[in-house]
Amino acid sequence: MDWTALALSLRLAAATALVLLPLAILAARELAWRRFAGKAVIETLVALPLVLPPTVLGYYLLVAFAPASALGRAFAALTGGTLAFSFAGLLAASIIFNLPFAVQPLQRAFEAIPDEVREAGWLCGMSGWRTLWQVELPLAWPGLLSAFVLTFAHTLGEFGVVLMVGGNIPGETRTAAIAIYDRVQELDDHGAATMSALLLAISFVSIVVIYGIDRARRRRG
Amino acid sequence: MAEPALRVRLAQRAPIPLAVEFECAAGELLALVGPSGSGKTTTLRAIAGLVRPREAEIRCHDEVWQDAGRFVAPQARHVGLVFQHYALFPHMSARGNVEAALGAMPAAARRARARSLLELVHLAGLEDRLPRALSGGQQQRVAVARALARDPKVLLLDEPFSAVDQVTRRRLQRELAQLRQRLNLPIVLVTHDLEEAASLADRMVVLASGETLQAGPPFELMARPRNVQIARLVDFRNLFHGEIARQEAAAGRTLVRWLGYTLEAVSRPEFGPGERVCWGVLPAHCILHRRDRPSRGERENPIAGVIGELVRFGENAAVTMRVDGRQDTELQLAIPLHVAQRNRLAVGVEIGVSLLQDGIHLMPYEPLERRPAATWLAGPVDQPLGED
Repeated sequence: MDWTALALSLRLAAATALVLLPLAILAARELAWRRFAGKAVIETLVALPLVLPPTVLGYYLLVAFAPASALGRAFAALTGGTLAFSFAGLLAASIIFNLPFAVQPLQRAFEAIPDEVREAGWLCGMSGWRTLWQVELPLAWPGLLSAFVLTFAHTLGEFGVVLMVGGNIPGETRTAAIAIYDRVQELDDHGAATMSALLLAISFVSIVVIYGIDRARRRRG
Repeated sequence: MAEPALRVRLAQRAPIPLAVEFECAAGELLALVGPSGSGKTTTLRAIAGLVRPREAEIRCHDEVWQDAGRFVAPQARHVGLVFQHYALFPHMSARGNVEAALGAMPAAARRARARSLLELVHLAGLEDRLPRALSGGQQQRVAVARALARDPKVLLLDEPFSAVDQVTRRRLQRELAQLRQRLNLPIVLVTHDLEEAASLADRMVVLASGETLQAGPPFELMARPRNVQIARLVDFRNLFHGEIARQEAAAGRTLVRWLGYTLEAVSRPEFGPGERVCWGVLPAHCILHRRDRPSRGERENPIAGVIGELVRFGENAAVTMRVDGRQDTELQLAIPLHVAQRNRLAVGVEIGVSLLQDGIHLMPYEPLERRPAATWLAGPVDQPLGED
């Protein structure tokens, strides 16, 4: 059992959720309520990681993160570190490949809030910010929880993008999914089985939670 | 009329054409009526600041809410709006909904104020219920309490009675009539129900295709529409063409030639002799002559005809009388059921009616295409009058 890898995975998943969810909330509200030119393009880009082969996404991210690239240079100038083969790069990649898992459930949830209910908030004197906290988020929480669970579970399990962008550096970029691959390569059947069972359990519980939320919401009507 | 508290003027070509202008005094209840799509709700939303017409001047007391250079956000307008479907916050209790509109105040004061507002709308005891555990009428009351919680400078009601059953509607309407006596606010009520407008409003503004056509006290407006379009919008039946026979200024009347009759109407000196006009008379102003013994009132514009149709319609018999037996000239009458029965009215019976001089209303000439008046008013299905 590679506890270091599991801890790294959990840290990555938590950090991804922490950074991505606020961004996804803002994006999902815009997509749910505003009409603007290029909306279809944005929606397509957000959904792309669902179907793009992880190695393809990983390849492009690796190119973008390379120390010689504009992004790589800017990051180095700001932090002194590199994006490729680092935790920071892994986090950035993780945020990108989780976009659809966070944005889509939130967008559906915000779309389900009638315009009039938000307008009623404004007419009660609530600012846009207070309407978000007191009206929109309480009504969109099932979507928020779904987004969190999906992002978290999906980060734990992602393999292709992580391998391409992060490589396999213990404590820095070797996540649980990569560690399982390593165990298999090293013919450590027991280690691979233990970690696989753990990831299976986490995924299973995630789906149970999401379905539970959905049922609760439908019961409430 | 008192100094207007609310002044509204909206003008735009697109996306919805608007040419709206009206005023509303404090304590006055103004009804905006018109067919669906006439711009009633858009007008209300513009007052609330939820839409921004291209060109608008909206003033409330001494505040400018919108003009050429200014647009005040809805949060800063202090408007109470009751949405058609109430738009309650579904995750908050009745009290929570009201408290949400109270703004910053100490918790205890907040609670007390919410409680008194809910008492005002007869919801004491239901404070902790979520909206989905309340009936439609109760939800509407929460929405009214929430709208009042901000101490609004104007109260806007968007078809607030359309989503409840008839019995509840009557009760809520009565409650509004009582409530408004305690509020010294301009109240703007949007409705497509003329009866509702007539029974609740001090003044009524008729809108069609985004344009205000006429304003006035409801019964006056409904009896004296300015032209045929407005007449149709306010369900003015019995519209005909006639010609001014002569003016008798001394007697205070204008005589109108119609078919073979010369009708006496209230003086309208603006029409010259020989001028073609449209004229109309409300069914309520057509009085049936008793068939057994004639009486004195029958000299007032007597008209003869044959009953073409007769159906029971609530307390009245809705009678279509073919004037002089003509197929193409029908006068619609509303005759109390007991009167219809006592006079043994039936299809084919010859009757006489008097058109009350005060009820004959003259309008500028325009072609009258034959079509059912005010198609946007959904009437109940007629029941044939039982024979006994």
